[in-house]
Amino acid sequence: MAGPGMVMYEEEFHKISAVIDKLVKDANAKVVFLVDKNGQMIAACGEVENLDTTSLASLTAGNIAATGGLAKLLGEKEFSILFHEGERDNLHISLIGQRVILVVIFDDRSSLGLVRLRVKKCGEELAGIFDQLMKKAEAEAAGVGGVSPFAEITDEDIDNLFRE
Amino acid sequence: MSFINYSSREINCKIVYYGPGLCGKTTNLQYIYNKTNPQAKGKMISLATETERTLFFDFLPLSLGEIRGFRTRFHLYTVPGQVFYDASRKLILKGVDGVVFVADSQIERMEANIESLENLRTNLTEHGYDLDKIPYVVQYNKRDLPNSAPLDELKKLLNPTTVPDFEACAVSGEGVFDTLKAVAKLVLQELKSGR
Ligand SMILES: Nc1nc2c(ncn2[C@@H]2O[C@H](COP(=O)(O)OP(=O)(O)OP(=O)(O)O)[C@@H](O)[C@H]2O)c(=O)[nH]1
Ligand SMILES: [Mg+2]
Repeated sequence: MAGPGMVMYEEEFHKISAVIDKLVKDANAKVVFLVDKNGQMIAACGEVENLDTTSLASLTAGNIAATGGLAKLLGEKEFSILFHEGERDNLHISLIGQRVILVVIFDDRSSLGLVRLRVKKCGEELAGIFDQLMKKAEAEAAGVGGVSPFAEITDEDIDNLFRE
Repeated sequence: MSFINYSSREINCKIVYYGPGLCGKTTNLQYIYNKTNPQAKGKMISLATETERTLFFDFLPLSLGEIRGFRTRFHLYTVPGQVFYDASRKLILKGVDGVVFVADSQIERMEANIESLENLRTNLTEHGYDLDKIPYVVQYNKRDLPNSAPLDELKKLLNPTTVPDFEACAVSGEGVFDTLKAVAKLVLQELKSGR
């Protein structure tokens, strides 16, 4: 198999949320969110009420995947930063530690320079948290069985999901 | 790759519909979308050409019920079936938890089916997956068409390992949910075994 899936715990989630919450303020951004490379939303902060975050996550991951494919064709390892400029909103997308995608949406209350600067600092912090998270998940996976709540799933539980 | 979020108490899994061009992958997702009640689904995204051929992927997020206090979410993707989109197909398979192979039952599409199935195996291998080890089901679609091949022939050619398989007509919806349930079930069982 291609390794275990991603896991998120309460403790790390709060740390991550605090970091991106701060990034929203420091970068004067509208929205900041984190997506894993497979398209799952990890956390979102800012003006997210009217945003379809699930769709955003999937398209962002698709975008990064396609750009990664292009990079490979050109013999680049990866394009680690993408920038899309719109009439009103702009999109700054960057890779954190090869695994997670950080997206900042901002308008003319901010600037590309400021976003770049803040993202760089925050990226290092996030990479640290995700490293720690991976270690913790690996340790749990290798540790005593029965820790996973899913070890107890019965066929009946699964059937119940599909009952209309 | 599933994503277990202990903080929001959610499990997210990724299911990919694979198969040759025009076999009915997008139609499967459209049917599921149309028949799912609004609170259980998100927006369906289709990145398609002007002639409605899938260009990159279709995406449909579904939220099933809870299991042991965790909300189960399935992200359904289709790949573009046309042969020359192979680079994109490969990208979509990244992090997959379960695969549905949609075959086109029409006799004249048999070669395309076989080619696509081989392509699936190859692309999975490149991501470090083995088709024989991951949650995987087969759907024989377009059973309504008069030129469709006999079932036992399809089974012999396209399902030698006898994984769960289903006859379907994605346009009318026959077999569509049976296929989805079967693969979702295998994915959850995999999660249970903790592999
Ligand atoms: N008769 C019949 N037609 C079907 C069935 N399923 C799909 N179709 C038709 O086949 C055509 C292609 O279907 P799509 O779902 O777009 O095929 P696809 O696999 O997504 O194709 P690509 O995106 O190119 O890979 C459409 O015109 C569908 O209406 C079926 O079960 N029976
Ligand atoms: Mg399609």
